[in-house]
Amino acid sequence: MATVSLTVNGQSVTADVDPRTLLVQFLRDNLRLTGTHVGCDTSQCGACVVHLNGEAVKSCTTLAVQADAGVVTTIEGLAQGGELHPMQAAFREHHGLQCGYCTPGMIMSAVDIVNRKGPDLDEQTIRAELEGNLCRCTGYHNIVKAVAAGAQAMAEAPLQQAAE
Amino acid sequence: MTATGIGAPVRRKEDQRFVTGQGRYVDDFNRPGQAYAYFLRSPHAHAAIRSIDVGAAQTMPGALAVFTGDDLAADKIGGLICGWMIHSKDGTPMKAGPHPALAQGKVRYVGDHVAVVIAETLAQAKDAAEAIVVDYDVLPAVVDTAEAAKSSVQVHDVSPDNTVFNWHLGDKDATEAAFAKAKHVTKIDLVNNRLVPNPIEPRAALGEYDFGTDNYTLYTTSQNPHVARLVLSAFIGVAPEHKLRVIAPDVGGGFGSKIFIYAEETVCVWAAKKVKRPVKWTSDRTEAFLADAHGRDHVTHAEMATDENGKILGLRVHTTANLGAYLSTFSSSVPTYLYAPLLSGQYDIPAIYCEVDGVYTNTAPVDAYRGAGRPEATFVVERLVEKTARELKQDPAEFRRKNYITQFPHQTPVIMAYDTGDYAASLDKALELADYRNFQARKQESARRGKLRGLGFSSYIEACGIAPSQAVGSLGAGVGLWESAEVRVNPTGSVEVLTGSHSHGQGHETTFAQLVSDRLGIPIDQVSIVHGDTDKVQFGMGTYGSRSGAVGMSAIAKAIDKVIAKGRKVAAHVLEASEGDIEFKDGRFGVAGTDRSLAFGEVALQAYIAHKFSGQDLEPGLKEGAFYDPTNFTFPAGVHICEVEIDPDTGVTTIERWTAVDDFGVIINPMIVEGQVHGGIAQGVGQALLEGAVYDRSGQLVTASFNDYCMPRANDLPSFQVGMTVTPCPSNPLGIKGCGEAGAIAAPPAVINAITDALGHEDIAMPATPQAVWRAAQKARMPMAAE
Amino acid sequence: MYAFDYHRPTSARQAADLASQFEDMKFLAGGHTLLPTMKMRLAGPTNLVDLGQIAELRGIERSGDTLSIGAMTKHAEVAHSADVRQAIPALAELAEVIGDPHVRNRGTMGGSVANNDPSADYPAACLALNATIVTDRREIAADDFFQGIFTTALDEGEIITRIAFPVPSQAAYAKFRNPASRYALVGVFVARFADGVRMAVTGAGSNGVFRMPEMEQALAQNFAPEALNGIAAPEDEMNSDIHADAAYRAHLVGVMTRRAVQAAASRS
Repeated sequence: MATVSLTVNGQSVTADVDPRTLLVQFLRDNLRLTGTHVGCDTSQCGACVVHLNGEAVKSCTTLAVQADAGVVTTIEGLAQGGELHPMQAAFREHHGLQCGYCTPGMIMSAVDIVNRKGPDLDEQTIRAELEGNLCRCTGYHNIVKAVAAGAQAMAEAPLQQAAE
Repeated sequence: MTATGIGAPVRRKEDQRFVTGQGRYVDDFNRPGQAYAYFLRSPHAHAAIRSIDVGAAQTMPGALAVFTGDDLAADKIGGLICGWMIHSKDGTPMKAGPHPALAQGKVRYVGDHVAVVIAETLAQAKDAAEAIVVDYDVLPAVVDTAEAAKSSVQVHDVSPDNTVFNWHLGDKDATEAAFAKAKHVTKIDLVNNRLVPNPIEPRAALGEYDFGTDNYTLYTTSQNPHVARLVLSAFIGVAPEHKLRVIAPDVGGGFGSKIFIYAEETVCVWAAKKVKRPVKWTSDRTEAFLADAHGRDHVTHAEMATDENGKILGLRVHTTANLGAYLSTFSSSVPTYLYAPLLSGQYDIPAIYCEVDGVYTNTAPVDAYRGAGRPEATFVVERLVEKTARELKQDPAEFRRKNYITQFPHQTPVIMAYDTGDYAASLDKALELADYRNFQARKQESARRGKLRGLGFSSYIEACGIAPSQAVGSLGAGVGLWESAEVRVNPTGSVEVLTGSHSHGQGHETTFAQLVSDRLGIPIDQVSIVHGDTDKVQFGMGTYGSRSGAVGMSAIAKAIDKVIAKGRKVAAHVLEASEGDIEFKDGRFGVAGTDRSLAFGEVALQAYIAHKFSGQDLEPGLKEGAFYDPTNFTFPAGVHICEVEIDPDTGVTTIERWTAVDDFGVIINPMIVEGQVHGGIAQGVGQALLEGAVYDRSGQLVTASFNDYCMPRANDLPSFQVGMTVTPCPSNPLGIKGCGEAGAIAAPPAVINAITDALGHEDIAMPATPQAVWRAAQKARMPMAAE
Repeated sequence: MYAFDYHRPTSARQAADLASQFEDMKFLAGGHTLLPTMKMRLAGPTNLVDLGQIAELRGIERSGDTLSIGAMTKHAEVAHSADVRQAIPALAELAEVIGDPHVRNRGTMGGSVANNDPSADYPAACLALNATIVTDRREIAADDFFQGIFTTALDEGEIITRIAFPVPSQAAYAKFRNPASRYALVGVFVARFADGVRMAVTGAGSNGVFRMPEMEQALAQNFAPEALNGIAAPEDEMNSDIHADAAYRAHLVGVMTRRAVQAAASRS
């Protein structure tokens, strides 16, 4: 067993885990944060994307022990004070989701794109930056719209953004 | 139209939980004492099992039990079933081989279920599975669709030539006569490539048994939990129907693949009683590739006859359909009654004859995948129509227009009676949105840059609203395909709708609530939609075939009518008026010609207080149920136009424009409908350009991960231009036709017609990968860029 | 995944000591090849030595005509480094088309180079730029380092610490992605130096990354796409799979090389 200490969604957690525990398993099984999903075995679908130390990573391809001492934000930690994060609100407003399974990873990736690229995102940039997230329902059309709108909204709500 | 009523783009009620990570999918459920199942799968496409030694596995750390097909047989657990009987031309029933949930004596495809280990942890279950010793006698495999019937390899004893059925539809003599008088005959050979559905949520099952009550519970990723319960109880015999609760909670996409009743869910619910622990199985993606039912996989030769005026005289089609190693739940219906009856397309074709040979191979079972038969039919018709127009040197749009059906109702030669439509209206709108008139200028501009530009049409039709029970019964369906609804009005006036439809992305919690809000005049947040639990909803047929609007919502509308009728009686008592004088309008029951009225909620309360009427006159309460059985299929139709640009140096095809004009009848929520169109197009483009399941000669699935099976990504697709035309469906009370599959049906021929237009020849197969297009561009001897 | 013991050294020396103690050991860098392989039980090391906490393996330094990048530097760091962008922009551009954004946030240059996947991107850059692979034991020229698919000059337990890239006058990377995996179906890195041109091809060769001297000589004479006319990649040395057969790969080598030369030549 190995000991992992993490800050997850602002809360400190420490646990003894089998070293082979993936970060996504730790989140889902140990912490019952089931918003982070698993959709493939080969690090491609992006349903498992969380932020580790401020960067979007695939939690299915990261050992929990590798994340030790890190700060993790999951989809459950994005909304502050009962208000949806602007990107969450944009996905709802622009119908950027259908079955909802890819959505947590998609939103975490979208927030990361804005953090890296700023709020003014053209369609081409958004499509290229969504490389690591698969959606089988939406054809991406409305996801692209949602990310563009969410990016603008994040710029207009800096406090919300800072909270992440 | 109110802000939340029919026709309004209401933002989805379900999204609050999905965008915050609070959705509850099967794998999110954990039961006390839960153990984990891992299936040992066949590494061989075809092998006899000489023996299975589970002794060592049973003693591995954490292992609770190891089961094989013999254990299921000893408990008299039946095999998986196919629920649609197809008869061959000669009247003989289809040849259905045995389909045990765990192999008995033989494995028939890579991924077939050999044994299951139940252990304390998944890792321990996998460790124990590695300790199972299986002695295989590896047999040669048959993989190729076109070769199956000629192969010396025999997949099932019941079918020496691997043929499940030799089926046909239409009038052969009339069709031959039509071809005899034809001025021109266009021929085409097509392969409809095998696809893997790949909803992003993999399948999962969690079985539980309560020794105190003898009740079983199965959480499963299902599009139709009641059908799952019926099959698991009545046919497979896992548990009595009244003792089995099936829960399909949030489900992460299905696209057909979660309709079927699979080995894994069967085993989980059975094993839970055997090991006295809840048993959970969650598919990984590799297992999903190997063992989810695949889609399509047709090999077709088709011919179209035209007269001297370019009018279509006849169509004849021969298709070989690969059904895989076993007949999955609805597999037999897909290449037959969901396929050939759509071969008339939007066209007035006097004579059609279609033969379909269904074959077994050593590959994963093939069943319905988004569109199910109708994409295959549309691909045949729209590729042939495009090719015919080109051969006749006619504008493909005008060739279509000339042959469109314009009078309704229209009886095709292949079963279907189209009720309504205006195909030319969709074409006109699509031509305008696609800026068709300036296409040649764009093509020349591309050529100046060394690129090849092409434009392709798809003028598709589908039969949805599945389906009139009597009609499908006469065609071999094991069950009727009606839908149920129950509308429960609470004393406070809020409403719960229990529906047999299941939402796994379609947004029923919103659209169904819109109908209720609209009809009862109550706020949408006063309405809850309940689905996906056999303990709550009495029965239902589930969601597939674009049926939930046309059939599921019609059942709700019917139940609402009954609620209003009952409410009228209650209001009459309370308002001391004659029932005939009570009008229901804008959410109020009023006495005609007076200002006396009660809000819907007040009537609901009075129905439960029941002080104003005696129980003999009128039963207390306000709750009504309805079963709605459609009187006809519905016929969504439209025109999609795809414009591509090809880089002849690399073969890369870029979709430059996509125009979709669809007639779905009355639309409840345009935002959701457009979303369905987008998603369908993406899957159709995936089939045309990117996706293809490939087995090698030995039956190994070469494309068993996202590393080799190319899923559409955001950057593979353009934004779509979506327009609508509306001819209300006359056969259901809401005028709905359905929209869930249209994009997947329309898209593939639009893409391939565009590519062949760009290349200047017809010789390209799906998926039109860069390599394939590059090679085809070479063949076309198109002017190459100066490299 | 099979069970393993996990170790997290804080120096390369410690890591090497740990490695020497275990027979069935793997170094864990970014993990984006190793962990999926372990998840599928295709690899089962009993000990995993995580290089993630070793500061000396990180960092990007420019010194004269050499750009030195720590082995544990992530793809995203290379892509966004001002030093890399200034010295060898083609290298930053290459890093930016590896995998996807999440992979780039975890995957490392050293991990990629040590693995020598025949369709990985970095080996092409190392070979074309005539990089030196610096380990905890020695320095190895790229020409000697890559020895065929998944095979390198590294000895058991040897750790790549840094990779030193000579700064070229002009360079570019042109990648044709495998549409499914996003690895290179064909990737060509072209680098022009004062004393000549080097190019390397990844993804295409049946024996991994390779150079084409004939193209290099032609480009040394005339650094323009036309210089490559009449020079073709050898089809019988190309890889073949469901995505691309040898003929198509050989053709793409020509197309991608021309595109890389065009891009490099247009760079001031």
